[in-house]
Amino acid sequence: MDIFGSFALLLAFLAAVYAFAAGIAGILTRRTLLAKSAHNAGMAVFALVTLAVASLEYYFFTDNFSMAYVAAHSNRALPAFYKFAALWAGQEGSLLFWSWLLSIYVFSALFVNRNKHPELMPYAGVVMAGVQIFFLTLNNFVASPFNVMGGADASGTLRLATLGDGHGLNPLLQYPEMVIHPPMLYLGYTGFTIPFAFALAALLGRYPGEKWIHITRSWTMIAWCFQSVGILLGAHWAYAVLGWGGYWGWDPVENASFLPWITGTAFLHSVMMQEKRGMMKVWNIWLVFTTFMLCILGTLLTRSGVISSVHAFAQSSIGNWFVAFLALVFIVCFWAYWLNRDYLRSDNQLDSLVSRESSFLFNNLVLLAACFAVLWGTLFPVLSEWVVDSKISVGPTFFNKVIIPIALFLLFLTGVGPLLAWRKTSYDALRRNFAMPVMGGVLAGIVAFIFGFREIYSLICLILSVFVTLTIASEFYRGARVIAARDGTNILSAVGELTMRNTRRYGGYIVHFGMVLIFIGIAGQAFNRDIQMEMAPGQTLKIGPYTILCQNFDRVANNNYESERASLEVFRDGRSEMMLYPERRFFLASQVTETMVAIQTSPLRDLYVVYAGRSPETDKPVIHAYLNPLVKWIWFGGIVLVLGTGLALLPSRRAALVLRPAAEKSWGDAVAKDASAIGAIAHRSDAHD
Amino acid sequence: MKARAKFLIGSGIIIVTLISLAYVGFTQSKTYYHTISELGSLHGMSLHQRMRVSGNVRAGSINRASGRVDFVLEEQGKALPISYTGRDPLPDTFKDGAQALVEGRLTPDGRFVAEQVQAKCASKYEATPNQTSGAPQPGQTSNRSNVMSPGS
Repeated sequence: MDIFGSFALLLAFLAAVYAFAAGIAGILTRRTLLAKSAHNAGMAVFALVTLAVASLEYYFFTDNFSMAYVAAHSNRALPAFYKFAALWAGQEGSLLFWSWLLSIYVFSALFVNRNKHPELMPYAGVVMAGVQIFFLTLNNFVASPFNVMGGADASGTLRLATLGDGHGLNPLLQYPEMVIHPPMLYLGYTGFTIPFAFALAALLGRYPGEKWIHITRSWTMIAWCFQSVGILLGAHWAYAVLGWGGYWGWDPVENASFLPWITGTAFLHSVMMQEKRGMMKVWNIWLVFTTFMLCILGTLLTRSGVISSVHAFAQSSIGNWFVAFLALVFIVCFWAYWLNRDYLRSDNQLDSLVSRESSFLFNNLVLLAACFAVLWGTLFPVLSEWVVDSKISVGPTFFNKVIIPIALFLLFLTGVGPLLAWRKTSYDALRRNFAMPVMGGVLAGIVAFIFGFREIYSLICLILSVFVTLTIASEFYRGARVIAARDGTNILSAVGELTMRNTRRYGGYIVHFGMVLIFIGIAGQAFNRDIQMEMAPGQTLKIGPYTILCQNFDRVANNNYESERASLEVFRDGRSEMMLYPERRFFLASQVTETMVAIQTSPLRDLYVVYAGRSPETDKPVIHAYLNPLVKWIWFGGIVLVLGTGLALLPSRRAALVLRPAAEKSWGDAVAKDASAIGAIAHRSDAHD
Repeated sequence: MKARAKFLIGSGIIIVTLISLAYVGFTQSKTYYHTISELGSLHGMSLHQRMRVSGNVRAGSINRASGRVDFVLEEQGKALPISYTGRDPLPDTFKDGAQALVEGRLTPDGRFVAEQVQAKCASKYEATPNQTSGAPQPGQTSNRSNVMSPGS
């Protein structure tokens, strides 16, 4: 039965090799038929990998424990939902899953552009096929998910073995979010392949104009959005499952997912410099390359056992393959760059420090600094072992010291950048655009200070958050007011109209607002409180405004786990508010105990209660309660971020009236001049595609 | 060129600030990995560093006293007495024979005071509770398997 899946996987590999080879031949011989067949082979990979995935899922759902991978990651009693998710629970399956997501992306990119860019697509197809060949090699020859249980006996005949029941899915993964977190993150990681392919293709083919930038930008936004969601879901999973009261611990694997996100963010901003002013071409192309290489590095860190982490897969030699691939990618990128470096000559220079350009430059500078710091801190144990022969790791203090100031500076730029004009901003425009937001921010800071808000970073974060929110609101208001005045509509429908006319700009603002919410949520961390206490039934514990009364402890069991549970009643101001049931579950198949946290969440604060086990001395249950302010804002900010990205990906609605003003001006400048204001808006609406 | 010079000065200030912050963060949080046998050869400053040591918990050595838990870590025949003084209950995986990673400092009398203990259980298959992969190798059978010949 395993023949079907393995065979589909092998054919997928061959199709990718054909797409690669025929693609190169098509480019060299300029025969369109060859290019066309390479294109089709690239799309066929998707169908074949899909068959392999379907076949592995079939084994999971039919409890076929003669398959090594199924036996290791599933058991009969496992709920169907998790049998599905067990596909990516281990090394082999998650690599297959990776190839599958990649093939979906490649298929989509090939399909969407099937009749477009005949000069660019063959190159892009070759690069995508090259990446697919690497992952399909791993699937077929290094870490096959279709290995069977059993082995050769003394006489050399193969004897198959099967298990009565599987070992079960790791209990840490038996949580609804674990079914969506890895796919989201993998969609981010694999998604960065497409911008990489188009960037490398444009460079290799010396594709004229900036069209490839538009294609690359859209695909980067998609991958970036998935990466953001994946990171946030991972943080939420850590928060809700691991039971240590936090959501981010600067763990190497968390960092690995954060790195391409940082460079992707940098690219999404600096690419505007290239579109509008023809600057930073070398920088942009290397940002795309770097993002892709960081994705591969992230996979390497997770899978090689180079760095110890809570997420790391078991140590294996597969890391060497990733090191080799990373080296190959770098060599190809550098070679392509060196051959075509004259293609990337900049058209313009920086004109003024107070300009949109310089805000983007500073944005990129600190993002890259953040990326470097995180990379350095993550790899430090490896580097120090090489250099001074002693393994030294750095803790969260290092990361927080560097990243918090960078993040606050970025928040500042988020408010400032969009209001600055290209080239140069006049003093008048500065005063007009910033007076109100700055006053609002400072006022909020003063009020907070009076109310005893003394944490310096959180205070700065609050001031900046108010400032940025006000700048975003004023951008919407100013634009909408002009439309409302012209069309005679009310201001709310004018906001809608404005947004749809330039989805990229206003979608971007919404993403910024989502980031502000996330920042506020993170800043709340400075006010976390926690208390740990042994509690017998009838005893109470006080944390913040809450009093927790322990009612009793009981045991619950089903055929997947046995659980020990505390029933806690939570009082506030003497009134009973709710019941919380923190648990410890003992999973039967894997013989592992896990903590189930009970969280009462509200916009202002989360009450987070862990049943930490029984005290070794008194045998009384230990309850650990945390009060975490504003955490919910992080998850809410994530939703806003996704909506904003989705909006930015929509095509803009064309305006009826197009009057082109003489020169590019800042939004604020243009709107302030009443006469040309309408024209300026109309013009702006078609300034982006 | 003037704008460019200003930008470079601004960048310089930012980078110098970040490097100094990174340096402070690094000195405050660096932790050295040592094996138990290496601890004997440490001297001078390196004795007072924050460090991580790993080993196996010696069977029967876990002794729970009020406010702390004492145990002995073993690795390649060398032993190290540990006192755990942290606030959190020890993980469930922490038991006799478990693989443990402790973080803390060495005291002058040769005892290691740990603030954090992580443990991996030596469970029935090589998976550790903190890892997502524990695939048995093809050919490996466990006590629950029943060997079948091909075709059955």
